[in-house]
Amino acid sequence: MKMMNFPAFTMPENRNTPPFAGRCESNLARVLASGEFAVTGEIGPPKGHDAEVVRSKARLLLDCVDAANVTDNQAAVVHMSSIAAGRIMMDEGLEPIIQMTCRDRNRLAMQSDLLGAYAMGIRNLLCLSGDHQSCGNHPGAKNVHDIDSMQFLRMVKEMRDENKFQCGEEIKGGGPRFLIGGAANPFADPAEWRPYRLAKKAIAGADFVQTQLVYDMQRFREYMKRVVDMGVAEQVKIIAGVGPLKSAGMAKIMRDRIPGMSVPDAVVNRMAAAVEGIDTDNKPERASAWKAEGIKICIEQVQEIREIEGVAGVHIMGIEWEEAIRPIAQGAGLLPRPVLEA
Amino acid sequence: MIVAEQKPLNEIKAMLKGFNKVLAVGCGTCVTVCFAGGKQEVGILSASLRMSTDLDGEAVSIDEAMVQRQCEAEYNAPLEANLEQYDAILSLGCGVGVQSLAQQFPGKRILPALNTKFMGYPAEHGVWEERCQGCGNCVLHITGGICPVSRCPKSLFNGPCGGSQSGICEVDEETECAWHNICENQLRLGLFEEMMEVQPAKDWSSARDGGHRKIVREDVRIPDVEKA
Repeated sequence: MKMMNFPAFTMPENRNTPPFAGRCESNLARVLASGEFAVTGEIGPPKGHDAEVVRSKARLLLDCVDAANVTDNQAAVVHMSSIAAGRIMMDEGLEPIIQMTCRDRNRLAMQSDLLGAYAMGIRNLLCLSGDHQSCGNHPGAKNVHDIDSMQFLRMVKEMRDENKFQCGEEIKGGGPRFLIGGAANPFADPAEWRPYRLAKKAIAGADFVQTQLVYDMQRFREYMKRVVDMGVAEQVKIIAGVGPLKSAGMAKIMRDRIPGMSVPDAVVNRMAAAVEGIDTDNKPERASAWKAEGIKICIEQVQEIREIEGVAGVHIMGIEWEEAIRPIAQGAGLLPRPVLEA
Repeated sequence: MIVAEQKPLNEIKAMLKGFNKVLAVGCGTCVTVCFAGGKQEVGILSASLRMSTDLDGEAVSIDEAMVQRQCEAEYNAPLEANLEQYDAILSLGCGVGVQSLAQQFPGKRILPALNTKFMGYPAEHGVWEERCQGCGNCVLHITGGICPVSRCPKSLFNGPCGGSQSGICEVDEETECAWHNICENQLRLGLFEEMMEVQPAKDWSSARDGGHRKIVREDVRIPDVEKA
């Protein structure tokens, strides 16, 4: 594909360095502001109303992450509300990062739900465009996309820093003081645009971003170098996404089928080699060999990522495999998590 | 132009149930150009319906007619003289054409034979692509001449999302990423700075979100002579 030539760009001066100092009260904000290497995890709420599912997942992550994302109708499939699940997580002692997409709500619903979430004690927010509904279980749904993720970041920042609703009206009693997050995909195209998009998210209002799953370390290093050189990493905390592979098949699907993912052959081959010598009929043993290798690769990746300039933490995504998060955090030497006074 | 496509034959047949004599009316403008509701399509559809309803033992008699522009009353006026003999009109016009007939002939059942799809561009012979949603507030000057409202499935305003890969949209592997192409155009035109501007939330009140839309141009209205 043809290369795109973007001109040089330097971040405009930031008036709020670090952007969230004194504004946000979350544990994640304190960890990021302290300069400690942050660890976040992720919980997918159930496709049902069983609060116990959320509670038991929360217990798996407790004390091994600083905060955990709670997904919002992930993959455009209906799940329990992220705000409700986040509140249940809090009851278990785990700090939530509420994900919210632009797919399902217009600006009225977004702001209203954010006020409600804040009233219930939720302090971290991740602003996303959202997977298109055609990928999910209600492809006939009307999509909303009233605002995009950049405008969403800007809206929440203005709610927090200027006590203004999106329409400009004053929020009496002050706006919700969320720590504001966004997503970044270093591996999507146009590749040359990606550092600029991250810069734009920081300008729009992101305090932190979590990246797409990093398997391609070389491309991630190149991306981070551009981001650091542009002065972006000084203004937004960059949390690198990692996740354990469950099988060689999963690695192949991620490499070949998922848009915006980059999985090197070496990683796929390593997963394939993990079951060498195990009879193909011995499914349980193959599964456990794959899982062990997946966790091992992930630990090595965390250790590598930790050495890259500009990276402020890791986001460990154990997609429907929350049990993996603790051994990864443990193995990578990220435990115990710091306890910082409010 | 307005791009439409014919409804499935069985769906049209179901609409015709209970009618004995129907007038199929094509339109000589957009739907002729996109091969959905021109003279030829009226002929083929009418013949298919005659044969098919006959085979089912419920033969419907179908006559054919064309008007140059179904969306304007004066072009439809000549139809009125013979309308009495028909139980219904099967319109092969776009949604505007169907509604014009319904408004003009309130005593008649008007049946839509087409699904109106979008305002589009003939990318090649037999291929039409959406280009405009009529949002009422054009931004093409800041998006490299490519419309993100109609051509990005998420109507993004601030660059390609994380699902853009090799210039292709994550939603459909046959669709180019609109924002990938916008980036290319903006860079070619030296408009990089604009791409780094955080484009504010769009005011959708000019689109259908603001309610039913209407334009009144006093400067081109014809004064009502009788009232004056």
